[in-house]
Amino acid sequence: MKVFRLSQTELDSMVQGWSQNRRVYRPAAGRQQSAQADCAPGWERVAGSSPLTVATGPSKTSVKTFLFPQPETMQTYTLKSSDPDKGLLKEPEKTTGKQIIVGLRPCDARSVKLNNLPFREDPFYQASLARTVMVGFTCNTMCATCFCDQMGGSPMGTEGLDIAISQVDGTMIAEVLTPAGEELIADLSLTPAEDSDINALAERRKDCPQADSAKLDALKSRDLNKLYGAPVWQALGESCINCGACTFNCPTCYCFDVQDEVVRGQGRRIRYWDSCMFPLYSLHTTGHNPRGQKMQRTRNRFMHKLKYFPDRYGPFSCVGCGRCVQDCPVNIDIREVIHDLLAVE
Amino acid sequence: MPTINEKLTEEIRTQAKALLANGTVAAVIGYSRGSLPMTVKPTVVRTAEDCGKLVWNSFCVLNLANYLPEVLKSVEPPRGPRDPKPEGPLAKVAVLATGCWSRNIVVQTQEHQVDPERVVVMGVASRGMVSRRKVEEQFAGREILTVEELDHDLVVKGADFEEKINRWSLVRDNCQTCTHPDPVLVDVRIGEPASERKNPNPFQQVDEIEGKSSEERWAWFTSEFSTCIRCYACRNACPLCYCPTCFVDDAKPQWVGKSLDAVDTGLFHLLRAYHCAGRCTDCGACESVCPMGINMRMLTKKLNKDVLNLYGVEAGMQPGSPLPLTTYATNDPQKFIVTEAKAVKEGV
Repeated sequence: MKVFRLSQTELDSMVQGWSQNRRVYRPAAGRQQSAQADCAPGWERVAGSSPLTVATGPSKTSVKTFLFPQPETMQTYTLKSSDPDKGLLKEPEKTTGKQIIVGLRPCDARSVKLNNLPFREDPFYQASLARTVMVGFTCNTMCATCFCDQMGGSPMGTEGLDIAISQVDGTMIAEVLTPAGEELIADLSLTPAEDSDINALAERRKDCPQADSAKLDALKSRDLNKLYGAPVWQALGESCINCGACTFNCPTCYCFDVQDEVVRGQGRRIRYWDSCMFPLYSLHTTGHNPRGQKMQRTRNRFMHKLKYFPDRYGPFSCVGCGRCVQDCPVNIDIREVIHDLLAVE
Repeated sequence: MPTINEKLTEEIRTQAKALLANGTVAAVIGYSRGSLPMTVKPTVVRTAEDCGKLVWNSFCVLNLANYLPEVLKSVEPPRGPRDPKPEGPLAKVAVLATGCWSRNIVVQTQEHQVDPERVVVMGVASRGMVSRRKVEEQFAGREILTVEELDHDLVVKGADFEEKINRWSLVRDNCQTCTHPDPVLVDVRIGEPASERKNPNPFQQVDEIEGKSSEERWAWFTSEFSTCIRCYACRNACPLCYCPTCFVDDAKPQWVGKSLDAVDTGLFHLLRAYHCAGRCTDCGACESVCPMGINMRMLTKKLNKDVLNLYGVEAGMQPGSPLPLTTYATNDPQKFIVTEAKAVKEGV
């Protein structure tokens, strides 16, 4: 791993340099009045040389939009009788060229790793991942809604990042963590970090909030299936309005549905984000809905994150970014849900 | 000296407790404390002991009428879809209601979603609810850790700042333009009644958009809705949206595309607004819950203006009368009917 010292000017010109021949994206500053035409809501494409600063806390919308786009074209086809290829599914034109995401936070970077567990054999996710380079900013401040440390991450974490940029005592330090990260800085002459910088960074990492492993273990060892009928779900389900604000802004919610869209004989098979909060999500073709009640859908979201996913893959499907806490119209707070589940006798 | 909200909270708790204790109602729909500053949780209280949870403050932005049909159902004895209605009166539910929420209960009654005999309206005059978004925008870049509410000011505190700001300046746009803060239905009065507010033009924001050229209006529309993530929080927070299957969820036929195509997103918002025509009370829940901060209220407000101008009706203001768009009168405006003579004259 290489470690460099950066000035704001060096960072800005570095990012600007990348944007010359690659797509570089950053979180939009403040409330976005209008989404950019070629970019998902909450993000903007870096163009020109505006100084790169990122607001405290995670970006408004999560980084998943770059790896699991809403929507993603899986196949294309034509239904025109005159076309000899009528009805043949074809691979869509591949998007090539690297995309660089600058300014994401450690929670989002970790989410990319977590989503890679269910998507490890998914050609679309893997293709997006292969062409994405992530340059993240570690966090010196945790917001009131942040709880990455409680879910096995860290505000100074580097998991999933190619380059991690940290501010330590007024000095900006860049850790280049992967070959993809090294490729980005290959042509640049950067100042190597002093030993004192590296020590200060290690010190900061050691001092930052750490996972309360006792609580994580307590939750992991709890047989949540036994709590399936617990009264906590009733109260939660009653206040939940079953919108998709939590799932769509969650970096680790990865459910999708597949659909054909045909316009004037030209079709495309897309996958688009779906949410377990929506009744249609679990509706069977028979008309039966195994999660026909609001409460069942609310419960499923938490059971998936805290039970089904860890049972299958190990870690919880939550990185503690706090977006769901921030955006929930009825203030359903996953931290309180965990607390309540642990408190049930 | 307790603040206005502390007094209202106390009164709500006392009244709710009495209603539950003497068996008048089986449940009370109110709010309890939230886990973050400027948030509250919609809560259904079913025992007198739990009434201590209830709170009232300026952040009660969700419309509690939204929960009413479901909570009414929850207090009925369980029965299958084909089972007959049980004999005798069904249990009642009490609900907190401000001006607009009470008007929504009227609309729910007019649309047969709610049996008014089973509802006890705990009426609270609204002082206008504060927009969390406005407060956050005022403190952009600084993290708000607590917000304390005084009668006319908010005290906003962070790790290294403390500021007092006038409450009214942060009140939501719909509340600022509202003229009917007092509930139209009151079974149990909480606090003092409020008189009608004067507002020479409650539709000023709509007028501003209408005053633009069609290109400018299109630019406003496409830009405003471009950040929509289709989470449907606006729809689900709305007490008018109770269709078992919403048109956006229909799969056969499918009316609207599912992804973020601007045409689909725009269609969803336009149709959602049109479904609310003549029924919307401008409670502002849709706008308050939007995670992306979209001002979709402008569409419903425009329709409220049209319905008022065409039929002289504001939704939910006349409990006994039918909804404006479910009835007709011979002198209804019919400018939209194109006659042959008119078509020739206008060169259509």
